[in-house]
Amino acid sequence: MTLTGNFILDQTLTIILYGTIVVLFVSVNALFLVWAERKISARIQLRQGPLHVGFQGALQTIADAIKLISKELIWPRESDKFVFWLAPILVFAPVLSAFIIIPLSQHFVIRDLNVGFLFVFSLTNISFIGIFIAGWSSNSKYALLGSMRAVAQNISYEIPLLLSTMGIVMAAGSLRLTDIVAYQNKYWFICTQFPAFLIFITAALAEANRAPFDIPEAESELVAGFHTEYSGMRFALFFLGEYTAIFISSAIGASLFLGGWHGPFLPGPVWLLLKTYLLVFIVMWIRWTFPRLRSDQLMALAWKVLIPFAMFNILVTAILIYYQKFFI
Amino acid sequence: MMITEIVFAALVIIILTGALLAVGLKNVFYNALALILCLFGVAALFIYLNSEFLAIMEVIVYIGAISIAIIFAIMLSRPMTQKTEPENRGKVIRSAVLSALFFGVLAKVIASTAWPIASEQGDYSIKGIGKMLLSTQALPFEVISLILLIAIIGALVLSSPEDNAS
Repeated sequence: MTLTGNFILDQTLTIILYGTIVVLFVSVNALFLVWAERKISARIQLRQGPLHVGFQGALQTIADAIKLISKELIWPRESDKFVFWLAPILVFAPVLSAFIIIPLSQHFVIRDLNVGFLFVFSLTNISFIGIFIAGWSSNSKYALLGSMRAVAQNISYEIPLLLSTMGIVMAAGSLRLTDIVAYQNKYWFICTQFPAFLIFITAALAEANRAPFDIPEAESELVAGFHTEYSGMRFALFFLGEYTAIFISSAIGASLFLGGWHGPFLPGPVWLLLKTYLLVFIVMWIRWTFPRLRSDQLMALAWKVLIPFAMFNILVTAILIYYQKFFI
Repeated sequence: MMITEIVFAALVIIILTGALLAVGLKNVFYNALALILCLFGVAALFIYLNSEFLAIMEVIVYIGAISIAIIFAIMLSRPMTQKTEPENRGKVIRSAVLSALFFGVLAKVIASTAWPIASEQGDYSIKGIGKMLLSTQALPFEVISLILLIAIIGALVLSSPEDNAS
């Protein structure tokens, strides 16, 4: 009995510890990314970023966070209260649980699941439902239109996202992220799977609803899309979710294509973070460089360009693996 | 051990609550959400049984595709504030009879199948399912893909603009 009790206590404490670390990291990461995004956009578009609060405006996002925390939470009249309350949680929680499978180094991973990164992709489906019911329960046409666009887009881009990773799974022979990273000790998969990398980045951008794929929250048409009616910390949860989703897809991209924790001199977690933030920078760079796509162009890109190319990539990879043992 | 039983009981309660709410609630949007809760409980049950791959597929296919299709249909067909229709006695009886029949068939199938224990620990379902789909079960697999293809072509034909009519 005491053994079981100790085991349960042990597990509970571990879960609480990991949970606290992840939540702390998510908050700090979002603060940093918002600041970085403003700075990068300012550099790219030659305009002034935040300058006055702290060194180079570094404390600006903290001031913003305090403002968000102290803001009133508004219930729109005629909204569906329970579902309205549930939506931000459904969007944020799956993103948070994605940290379970990111391998920081050879042995440092919270749970090394057999299904690997598919776990994250399946959980994002629950985020879609959160976005959906956020738009529906707001009882506002802008929110509803935004959420319908978001879900249609996310469903379409999930297919090339999954297909683009299949070549790697076939080459490494495993879905585990630790196995895939360990396999890249000689060369990174970006060398042999470069088209898949491009498809992955494009689809990941669309999954995170980022420009040039941000029609779900196109400011000039839909006010703010599915979170138009949200205020204060409820809005901040959507925001945290978006920035953390960018970090998560970049971390998975870094593990799949850029060799994860492999690298000379520095320890594994530092390398992974460096590669992840490099991908995050590319994501922001793309956002502030390209204009927004139209709805039908967006769908055409997914179904007529990305999916056929991803299929072709799988075919070529399979033929090479079978005949020449090229990847082994 | 005790904790496994507690987890199992919690999962069963979640699944049953979701299923009952999916049938019982008056708001059809809530029915869909309760169905998602029920399906998520089933996915968690697969994880409890050490079959992570089936859990992932349950979430991707049933929550990610089918439930979203259901919610889409609800959202396109009725505004949120619209009152629900009064209960139709005939409809309830008809669906109860059909569900009972379906339940009977499923129960017969489940009872007449031998359930070997695949593995005590670890998840071999990815390799196992993959090999079966491409060898012994290749024909059903192809038939299912044919049905999906027919559904896609049908949807395209139905939704294409009618050039001849105008």
